[in-house]
Amino acid sequence: MQERLQALKEEALSEIQQASSMKEVQDIKVKFLGKKGPITEISKGMGKLSKEERPKMGQLVNEIRNAISDQLEEKIARLEKAAVEERLKKETIDVSLPGRPVKRGNHHPLTRVIEEIEDLFLGMGFSIAEGPEVETDYYNFEALNLPKDHPARDMQDSFYVTEETLLRTHTSPMQARTMEKLNGEGPVKIIVPGKVYRRDTDDATHSHQFMQIEGLMVGENVRMSDLKGVLQSFAKKMFGEEREIRLRPSFFPFTEPSVEMDISCFNCGGNGCSVCKGTGWIEILGGGMVHPNVLRMSGFDPEKVTGFAFGMGPERIAMLKYGIDDIRHFYTNDSRFIKQFNSL
Amino acid sequence: MLVSMNWLQQYVDLDSYSADELADLITKGGIEVETVEQLNKGISGVVIGHVLECQQHPDADKLNICKVEIGEEEPVQIICGAPNIAQGQYVAVAKVGAVLPGNFKIKKAKLRGEASHGMISSLQELGIESKLVSKEYADGIFVFSEDVTPGEDALEYLNLHDEVLELGLTPNRADAMNMIGVAYEVGAVLNRSIELPSPELVRSDEDVEGYVSVRVENEGDNPYYGATVIKDVTIKPSPQWLVNRLVSAGIRPINNVVDITNYVLLEYGQPLHAFDYDRFGSKEVVIRRAIEGEKIVTLDDVERSLSSEHLVITNGSTPVAVAGVMGGADSEVQEDTTTILLEAAYFNSKLVRKSSKDLGLRSDSSARFEKGIDRNRVVGASERAAQLIQEIAGGTVLKGIAEQGARTIEALDVSIEVNRINQVLGTEITETEVAAIFERLQFSYQNFGGTFTVQVPPRRPDITISEDLIEEVGRLYGYDNVPATLPLTESTPGQLSEYQGKRRHVRRTLEGAGLYQTVTYSLTSPSKRHFFSDESVEAVRLAMPMSEERSELRTSLIPHLLEVAQYNRNRQLENIAFYETASVFLPGDELPVEQEHLAGVVSGLWQEHLWQKEKKAADFFVVKGILEELAVEFGVEDRVTFVRAEEPKLHPGRTAAVYLDEELIGYIGQLHPEVEKELDLSETYVFEINLEKLLKADVAHLKYKKLPRFPSVTRDVALVVNESLEAGEVKRVIKEAGGSKLVEIQLFDVYQGEHLDEGKKSLAFSLRYYNPEQTLTEEEVKKAHDRVLKAVEEQFGAALRQ
Ligand SMILES: [Zn+2]
Repeated sequence: MQERLQALKEEALSEIQQASSMKEVQDIKVKFLGKKGPITEISKGMGKLSKEERPKMGQLVNEIRNAISDQLEEKIARLEKAAVEERLKKETIDVSLPGRPVKRGNHHPLTRVIEEIEDLFLGMGFSIAEGPEVETDYYNFEALNLPKDHPARDMQDSFYVTEETLLRTHTSPMQARTMEKLNGEGPVKIIVPGKVYRRDTDDATHSHQFMQIEGLMVGENVRMSDLKGVLQSFAKKMFGEEREIRLRPSFFPFTEPSVEMDISCFNCGGNGCSVCKGTGWIEILGGGMVHPNVLRMSGFDPEKVTGFAFGMGPERIAMLKYGIDDIRHFYTNDSRFIKQFNSL
Repeated sequence: MLVSMNWLQQYVDLDSYSADELADLITKGGIEVETVEQLNKGISGVVIGHVLECQQHPDADKLNICKVEIGEEEPVQIICGAPNIAQGQYVAVAKVGAVLPGNFKIKKAKLRGEASHGMISSLQELGIESKLVSKEYADGIFVFSEDVTPGEDALEYLNLHDEVLELGLTPNRADAMNMIGVAYEVGAVLNRSIELPSPELVRSDEDVEGYVSVRVENEGDNPYYGATVIKDVTIKPSPQWLVNRLVSAGIRPINNVVDITNYVLLEYGQPLHAFDYDRFGSKEVVIRRAIEGEKIVTLDDVERSLSSEHLVITNGSTPVAVAGVMGGADSEVQEDTTTILLEAAYFNSKLVRKSSKDLGLRSDSSARFEKGIDRNRVVGASERAAQLIQEIAGGTVLKGIAEQGARTIEALDVSIEVNRINQVLGTEITETEVAAIFERLQFSYQNFGGTFTVQVPPRRPDITISEDLIEEVGRLYGYDNVPATLPLTESTPGQLSEYQGKRRHVRRTLEGAGLYQTVTYSLTSPSKRHFFSDESVEAVRLAMPMSEERSELRTSLIPHLLEVAQYNRNRQLENIAFYETASVFLPGDELPVEQEHLAGVVSGLWQEHLWQKEKKAADFFVVKGILEELAVEFGVEDRVTFVRAEEPKLHPGRTAAVYLDEELIGYIGQLHPEVEKELDLSETYVFEINLEKLLKADVAHLKYKKLPRFPSVTRDVALVVNESLEAGEVKRVIKEAGGSKLVEIQLFDVYQGEHLDEGKKSLAFSLRYYNPEQTLTEEEVKKAHDRVLKAVEEQFGAALRQ
């Protein structure tokens, strides 16, 4: 009986060893451990054994049953694993194939620059004012200290609609429009982005339509040093932390004193190159302290408040920042141009 | 304004400053130096030569063989083709090895068998612009008119080692439109004293009175007029030093008298005019307004018609000059002129501006009068000119000036406190520093405890208020020395307005949906307007457009978006998905009505993923989906409807009007195939809506809805209806009939064809029923669903599809 059991064990283990599918393993299990299998049969026949032999034999049967059972389980686990591996192998894909493109557009570069500047000034407590693109002569010129026969009107040849209305030549009219509403009560802190128009023939550096961002701050104790501080933050944010600024005296009818702001060249760091025409500095914007006539005409008392104003051109800033060589690109909207401005 | 370094050196000691250094300092001081030009343009090796012999070339009619002494041991042989070459002349010779402009190197050469060791040069060959070369040397070589030594540097003699600064003057700094003004500025910037000309004029005993009298009709038009008479002058070319000065300033030499008036114009900033006394036509100068329609032939030989808005100089009967703008041809100084009537006047700048503008004449004189000249320098300038004429043209200056009006005016007093200066600039400039700056500017002042009262000289008419003085102090103190500070004013919240925030959200939504933003021009043409809108739409037209193409403001964004589509398609960029937000302009009362619109154009493939064989062409529903998404974003998805419509240039079967509630806010559709053909576009879809209506729609705040607590029940139903029936209509009826438990209706299939009768289609809807209070019973669902089926059957004869 003992030999029989040992032989069964050998036979079962050998069969398990050779089995290559789940089905075979199941069959082996039924064949050896099933209710009608030889081991069950042997167990049943154990009653005929002597009292002494019975437990010994019982133990042996159990041992053999367990051995076969363990081997079966191990085989099952191995087969399952192989099956999974087989499936994964079949499911393998070429990860180098291109992904499905996400349909997405992006901002026009001018909007991108304008929003960036807006956010910067919003962070400094400015709000955004917007006004009409067709303006009265009064707001566009007169309220800005440019009376009808002022020679500086030559500087900005304009598109008139009627004798008294024109396409605004700058977004500065919002200075007066904003201040008027406040009845002399400050502070005023606005920037004014928008389209402006001048009688220019379109070429690589001129456009009859372009963008402008005007800034205005009026209140008690607003100083030119504040203008310098605010513009310094602007320059560093737009063109890099290492940028220095310098103010140069200039002239605008609506500011006195007037200045122009240069930034140290971001291309050469100030040593002189083609971007800065060898000077190390790049002209970025104009501004100054609000002219007392402008304050007075808009209902503010120049004895009590002072203010600064500045105006900049998003096209120029974008051209410098991204190295764009022709202003007309902004208005022809070649999709290969626009699509370049899709990343941070 | 062109400023020669050599000339400026006469007034201010520029020693130790290079032109570039000086340019930098002047720019920092407030007058931008735009360029620094080296007049010699890199030339070398040009010397003075003496033509010892000059014979015609045996084999060439137009060439001469010259022996020229150039300060070397032996004279050299040079072949010269200039028509004005002659023996005995002193000329400029570019020696062998010389370099001329454009890096042109002079080498030994053979011309028709004869050796040539160098080149006798014209002024143009030495880099002087043709327009600055006087007539006599325009077509040939230059000939020195004075004693010179062969072998010496010809460039030195022609002032070509000079450097010229070009000042870009802002309109307020007309005071620097002359050398004296520049000298004051440079003196202030460098903190150096300046030396100005002080003409010492010897007048004859003969009184001007017997020659001419002056009468100004209206002193407001002409506050001062002075006439000086100079007899016995000889008109001839100017000496070289004077020619050099004019050329460095960009003015062409004419003859000595004209050149002197130009020289004084440049030096003093005072326009002068020299009349030929004998051709003047009378002994009186009358300054008056022109009579309507009065005529004058100006120096440029053009007959001009005048009006009462123009000021003229007359001889008592006819105009001889347009005041401050240009003289008349009849009284022009000519070669035979012997007596000069020299005008020095101060004309009203507005009148000069008006004449100059109306007659289209811009001259060096008018430019200065328009911007304002120094009222106190008029007589000094006339004396300076008279003195030079006497010196150079050999005249006799008569005693006295025939004049009307005050020769000078008082300085203007302007006050400023040191505290105020520091308050505005944010600086800590001391009283002493302020005083020093006014001294550098040569302004006299009184200082009482920090309050400066400055006597602003009339040469600086730009300074009229205390802020102007703050600027003077600031610019000379140096803005580099102004600190950068943070504003002290109360803090304010910086935030976008609701509308601005929503507009940004529109952009992000559209871009997230796949559209690229464009910016196009506001100005357009009537033909583009008519092309895309019906005749009744009117536009705001410019008074004086630059071209018809940009003559009016757009009333729709579509035409320029279609241009963008065409532009891209012409460059093989056929897949188009663009949008723009911008104002359109409609005629209004005082100002046009500006409305912000949103428009888009979509064409070609919308989506493609090649290796997975995905390709989706743009169609109506792509565009509609974007607008629907936008409606969702702004909480009006239940209020926006699309209604079949017809628009002039759109496909009649593929166009919808877009409504917000009952209000028409735009449209969406495919371009009419004929339009597509005309524009050479493939199937193209456009939309345009009034963005303000959408963004300003009154919307309730976003509020949380309770999550469902009970299961819902879904029933699918396929309805067979007439093919002309719109799905939207069926949905509307289903919704109405379904009642409150019907919470969602989804169209999931549209079918036409096999198994259906001709003219019929099947619309399959998925209807979801839900009761937020409790679990729906089978009964409730059946009741509601039966109502739906009954309604569609009654209204449309819709049968359930088997
Ligand atoms: Zn650089």
